Amino acid sequence: MGAGEEGGVNWLVEFFGDPEHWSGPAGIPARLLQHLEFSVLAFLIAAVIAVPLGLWVGHTGRGALLVVTSANAARALPTLGLLVLVVLLIGVGTVWPVLVPLIALAVPPILVNTYEGIRGVDADLRDAAYGMGLRGRQVLFRALVPVALPLILLGLRLAAIQVVATATVAAYVGLGGLGRFIIDGLATKDYGSVFGGAVLVVLLALAVQWAFTLVHRVVVSPGVRQVR
Amino acid sequence: MNKGLRVITFEGVTKRYPDGTVAVDNLSLDVPDGSVTVFVGPSGCGKTTSLRMINRMIDATEGRIRLDGRDVKEIEPATLRRGIGYVIQQAGLFPHRRIVDNVATVPYLLGWDKKKARARAMELLERVGLDVKLAERYPFQLSGGQQQRVGVARALAADPPVLLMDEPFSAVDPIVRMSLQDELLRLQSELHKTIVFVTHDIDEAIKLGDRVAVMRVGGRLAQLSDPATLLRDPADDFVREFLGRDRGIRRLSFIPARSVRLSPPPADLVVEDGRPVGWQSGDGLQPYGSFDPETDSLRAALDAMLLSPNGLAVAVDGHGKVLGVAARDALDAALPGAADG
Amino acid sequence: MGDEPLVRWDWIARNWDNGTPYAIKALLEDHTVMAFLPVVFGLLIALPLGLACARWRVLYQPTTGLMNVIYSLPSLALFSILLSVTGLTRTTVIIPLTLFSLAVLIPAVVDGMTSVPDHVRQSAVAMGFRPLRRLLQVELPIAVPVVLAGLRVATVSSISLVSVGALIGQGGLGYLFIDGWQRQFPTPIVVGIALVTLLALVADLALILIQRWLTPWARARRAA
Repeated sequence: MGAGEEGGVNWLVEFFGDPEHWSGPAGIPARLLQHLEFSVLAFLIAAVIAVPLGLWVGHTGRGALLVVTSANAARALPTLGLLVLVVLLIGVGTVWPVLVPLIALAVPPILVNTYEGIRGVDADLRDAAYGMGLRGRQVLFRALVPVALPLILLGLRLAAIQVVATATVAAYVGLGGLGRFIIDGLATKDYGSVFGGAVLVVLLALAVQWAFTLVHRVVVSPGVRQVR
Repeated sequence: MNKGLRVITFEGVTKRYPDGTVAVDNLSLDVPDGSVTVFVGPSGCGKTTSLRMINRMIDATEGRIRLDGRDVKEIEPATLRRGIGYVIQQAGLFPHRRIVDNVATVPYLLGWDKKKARARAMELLERVGLDVKLAERYPFQLSGGQQQRVGVARALAADPPVLLMDEPFSAVDPIVRMSLQDELLRLQSELHKTIVFVTHDIDEAIKLGDRVAVMRVGGRLAQLSDPATLLRDPADDFVREFLGRDRGIRRLSFIPARSVRLSPPPADLVVEDGRPVGWQSGDGLQPYGSFDPETDSLRAALDAMLLSPNGLAVAVDGHGKVLGVAARDALDAALPGAADG
Repeated sequence: MGDEPLVRWDWIARNWDNGTPYAIKALLEDHTVMAFLPVVFGLLIALPLGLACARWRVLYQPTTGLMNVIYSLPSLALFSILLSVTGLTRTTVIIPLTLFSLAVLIPAVVDGMTSVPDHVRQSAVAMGFRPLRRLLQVELPIAVPVVLAGLRVATVSSISLVSVGALIGQGGLGYLFIDGWQRQFPTPIVVGIALVTLLALVADLALILIQRWLTPWARARRAA
């Protein structure tokens, strides 16, 4: 293992030390931007689908069983399989082939956590909100969402991290992103590239993690943060 | 706030659920303006359902509930509720808002200016006996009793003429509960709201209610009367059993001690500056019990008598000065049993 | 694509059990083993670790921090890195998936233990339960629903993730995706997706049934 670790460090030094890796369309900045581009797009689309749906189902209780069951089933969809199938069916002209599987990956955690967050709000709080004369939407946005926010953010964070980590697979069908360093490295037995690409993805995921911690601190009321 | 007639009327109100369960069965009663009416009964008697039908948290299946003559079903629920204070067992405070903003919830909803709403909230916090320093805290930083006071302040914020209280003090310990009850009575003596109060605790009902509605399982009204009448004349075995033991003793709380005949204080009552100090006994002093005939009840007089070693209750005035003493025969004569058997 | 249908049933029939290691049936078995072993290992490791975190809360923060990092590792990257150590074997897939299972299961065990109401624990202590017996007869049974919820997520993700292993030559049904892609032939891909999803659903259903069997009191409550 010792030799392997040493090899790992050497590979990394080699990978990040090579000035060619820092410029051009195959350089780290360009690959990072591509990676961010479809990760952010997929994440946003998934959030736009899953958050309102989760709020609605949690608030009204309508279709809860159907939504939760299908979200759990969707977790089982293999990203790689979906990716190659979509590319095979519609080609690689656009980013959609990679977006579809990533959206399918991101929707379930957001949907389930949003739903559970809203549904899990203390019944007394809901009762008090209605009793004071808040209307349906006001109850949702002024009482339920602020209290459910930590769980909603957790769902968004899990989804974002999974998207960033899984977007690497896109490289397999010839799309860009940080996965290229891994896939191309595997093909050419260039372990420096594999290792370097992996490290980059992990750093990106940690940045996402950190960004969510920051968002959590800003948007979640201290009154709610303490309770959890 | 306009001081019109604020009366709630139940007219043959029934709540029946789709599965056939009847929660409230043909309930008819009036809640008079400015009074406290307590719905009391065992669990499953429909007391909470009855309360929640007033602000349409639940809609009645049959019959009508009128607020100032208006059928509540004609009023849009949210509008109706904003004009009615509502206090529930766990307070139901918004955990994400500071105390002051919790209290100002309804004023905000009514579109009050933020400054005015917060000022009103601060005033109410003081009014319910809370330190204004708590205003900027979050609910989790307050004790259960404090949270419940905030709940009451929140219900009062927009100065609604009607207050609905659903077991508001059941979740706190007995000592805190007692002080919350006293606080409510004090507030009510200042504010004269029309209050509907739900509890399963008959003692609380008797203490707080101007009128008590005892309900039985199946949602039927067993008896509606003032507490003294309730204790004296329970309508049937169910009410009698629900009232429990000590009915006679508890009834004494509602009879003023004014009618107790006083005798001059005997020589062994040590008095300094007009105030009693104790009973002379050998070299020392024995404790004494006292009551104020103007404000206390016969129960307090009896208690004072039992506390004194010689069976004499010391009567004092509002300043604590001795008026005289009452012996057992004087209390006997004042007891209602002596007159009406 | 032309006239190529999405699914060629005759291809499925021919390749279901054709005697090679790449027969659909063989891949399914392979997939099942590679998906379940990590969950089993994960549970075996997560139980003691989770219990330790629940008892000594100081451990919890660093552990969840570490699990968050692990959770953010791309599976493909882990497979690739391990490839240089463990080579082209199942172990290369099983180790990372075990780590992913841990990332889900340790918080689930801790949450499960936290879900035991304090009054229940106190009364168990008061009745004279010693720690081990209390754990086995009182706390763990109450924690079962929460732990099993985590186990369901871990199982389903594990089944789905195995297929990524195909990129390094050990991916069970994931082989069908590579095969279909290289030959530009959709049938294997569709079969792969369907079987992976089906396997996950069956496993999920089995876990639900296990939960019902383990927590009969919850069933009685549901009926009431």
